[in-house]
Amino acid sequence: MNILDLSNHLQTYLVIGAVLFGIGFYGLLQRQTLIGMLISAELILSGASVNFMAFNRFLAPDPTVGQIFTLFIMAIAAAEAAIALSIVLAVYRNYKTIDAMEITDLKG
Amino acid sequence: MHPVINSAEGLAGVVFLVTLLTTAAGALIATTAVRTIRAVAGLALCFIGVAGIYYFLQSPFVALMEMLIYVGAVCVVLVFAVMLAEPHPEKQVGNINPLGGPLGLGVGALLAWALIALGRQTVWTAAPTRLNDGSMPELGHALLTTYSMVFELVSVVLLVAIIGALVLGRAGRSKA
Repeated sequence: MNILDLSNHLQTYLVIGAVLFGIGFYGLLQRQTLIGMLISAELILSGASVNFMAFNRFLAPDPTVGQIFTLFIMAIAAAEAAIALSIVLAVYRNYKTIDAMEITDLKG
Repeated sequence: MHPVINSAEGLAGVVFLVTLLTTAAGALIATTAVRTIRAVAGLALCFIGVAGIYYFLQSPFVALMEMLIYVGAVCVVLVFAVMLAEPHPEKQVGNINPLGGPLGLGVGALLAWALIALGRQTVWTAAPTRLNDGSMPELGHALLTTYSMVFELVSVVLLVAIIGALVLGRAGRSKA
């Protein structure tokens, strides 16, 4: 496989989607602040979207379905970001911190 | 097909490699930067790379939407959140997350490796015929006929999200 011909292979896109998912998962576990976790969640969603688009381009019988699914993922991600950030701001107003390890009012 | 580097296909291949590198580097910055604002910048870089990947996947419309929605809206909203709720940017406190560090890295690497191995080993078979070419007119047609119900539902979801964000942002403030 020629390295300049990578964009014509399904596996390339599957690999970059899996890499995005893995990095996002690592960030989700490792981050301490709520905003950092949200950023990592966006990376995970991007990995899934890349997979959908790759299968749509190479395998799907109807090549509009994957694009439409990706557009819906984007809309849901935008809604999720808006809601999550207003929750973060509400948490910050009540606790004066967005560190996930310090918000422990319900901890047994 | 073996494109050489000084042909149009070879140049497109180089651009594709740059796109892949941009995506991976942006994702790494987004997860490892100490300051949150740098993580947001890395996220924007990663989304620009993902938009390039969509362009190579013959979907310029989705690439444009990626730039508009993610780079243009989500990242800006994140910057606002960082400005409003980031009191101590370089505070590294003692209570370290037990899942961070090597364990989280191992779990993430294991997941990525498993997915890559699965993707490479499976024999993917393409559909014998394609119904259309997946171009922008076909996309709009499908969005307003076959998927019109989902389209409307997503609009309702966005409306509820906007109202919910307003309510959450309003709660706890004084009535002044």
